[in-house]
Amino acid sequence: MPEPVVVTSILKSMITSPTANSEALRRSPATGTALQARKKRPFLLDLYSTAVGKKYVMAISGIAMMGFVLFHMLGNLKMYQGAEALDHYAEFLQMLLYPILPKNAMLWILRGGLVSMLLLHLHAAWSLTMLNRHARPVKYQGARDYQVAKFASRTMRWTGIIVLAYLVWHLLDFTFGTVNAVGTESTFVRGEVYNNVVRSLDRPVVAAFYVIANILLGIHLFHGAWSIFQSLGWNNPRFNNWRRGFATGFATIIVVGNVSFPIAVIAGIVK
Amino acid sequence: MSHLQNLTLKVWRQSGPTDAGQFETHQVAEISDEASFLELLDVLNEQLINENKEAVVFDHDCREGICGTCSLMINGVAHGPQRATTTCQLHMRSFKSNDTIVVEPWRAAAFPIIKDLMVDRSPFDRIIEAGGYITAVTGGAPDGNLIAVPKPVSDAAMDSAQCIGCGACVAACPNGAASLFTGAKIAHLNRLPQGQPERYQRTEAMVEKMDEYFGSCTNHGECSAACPKEISVDVIALMNKDYRASKFKSRKEISRD
Repeated sequence: MPEPVVVTSILKSMITSPTANSEALRRSPATGTALQARKKRPFLLDLYSTAVGKKYVMAISGIAMMGFVLFHMLGNLKMYQGAEALDHYAEFLQMLLYPILPKNAMLWILRGGLVSMLLLHLHAAWSLTMLNRHARPVKYQGARDYQVAKFASRTMRWTGIIVLAYLVWHLLDFTFGTVNAVGTESTFVRGEVYNNVVRSLDRPVVAAFYVIANILLGIHLFHGAWSIFQSLGWNNPRFNNWRRGFATGFATIIVVGNVSFPIAVIAGIVK
Repeated sequence: MSHLQNLTLKVWRQSGPTDAGQFETHQVAEISDEASFLELLDVLNEQLINENKEAVVFDHDCREGICGTCSLMINGVAHGPQRATTTCQLHMRSFKSNDTIVVEPWRAAAFPIIKDLMVDRSPFDRIIEAGGYITAVTGGAPDGNLIAVPKPVSDAAMDSAQCIGCGACVAACPNGAASLFTGAKIAHLNRLPQGQPERYQRTEAMVEKMDEYFGSCTNHGECSAACPKEISVDVIALMNKDYRASKFKSRKEISRD
């Protein structure tokens, strides 16, 4: 009877202490141990302390930034009407709600809102990523065969990080002007929005970077704009079929609009 | 009925929770295509026992796809290549002769490996304990259909109630999240009139209990694809919605206790 051999070796393996070769992989706990213990916090922090609450923050900050990206793209379309139209639009932004508010005030309020949305989005993404890493400390040792997870959903962190890097460049390029005319003979001039755009995007490498970054933004939006509905619990059989279409359409509109600008400059349509 | 020849099995062997473990390769010379996947492992174990080696430990119980005990990551897919099927109902006709089949246990921090392919799924019990129940009057059995439930509602609740708690959703999720399981259990009760009195306490408690053990949902949809009962990710949306409601709408009501 071979069974007793089996049983004794099972028992033996249960009482032997962890040995040197187990360092190869991170050890799992002996029983299902909680990753974190909950404590009571003030109301909004309490909501944010859970993964579901963080996803709400991801979704709401995502919606705010989607709104920004859409209007940013629509505003930039003015460059097809020439230098005067675009520069005038930039001035209009400074005069938002003027004279109720002083010049630039509304613009700074919007900027403050956007920066806080971005920071919330980043913090939630960071802490959820860490949580998810801890939730599977030992990866599958064989190859995974994903059934439905899309390229977009699986690369959210990467597309997000690259778009963030692009955002930093974009601000240095057109807001601060630091990198605007590097490598050319001209210089950045504050207020000359149209000329600044042409100066920067006339450099093929920069134009290519803008194109790539905006395609990645589109991939990020393709998953994000759909994901919002799930995270916020907006699920209804009457409109569920439209959610995918909305996300695809939104991402497409943003990418087509934004990618057209560097191409138009390189092609000489905007000059 | 035909037979498959010459199968190579790469099976995960791990002597205990703290052991590192490794793949072990075994050959199975012949098996009927009508054999289930667990019967393949039975055949392998018989071989091993005859060679006086230790048998591969794996979870199984009803072997008819309703108990949720069997698990196994087969070739990188939870419950193997056939959709809407538990491992015990997966048959060898889904494979070909000379195939190499990689078999791994579920992997998640919350599901530590007990031995080989067997994992401890008790965190699911902790989630159920937190709120996966209704309070019912004891005593004589009430008359049937005393509480009217609209047919679409009972169907939707039944769709969620199909969950057998096998853990494939956690295993398949790239984040090790248990949102589909918790969502299904919440949706099952929250959709029915019997589940209304504890609706928001339940949602809050179960979501927060889930949070202690598992990762977060990033809406890949892998869970639903792996689910042997084809539970839709709609239950996750319902969970998210009711969790918000538990924090906002019913905050006063809940904090009264």
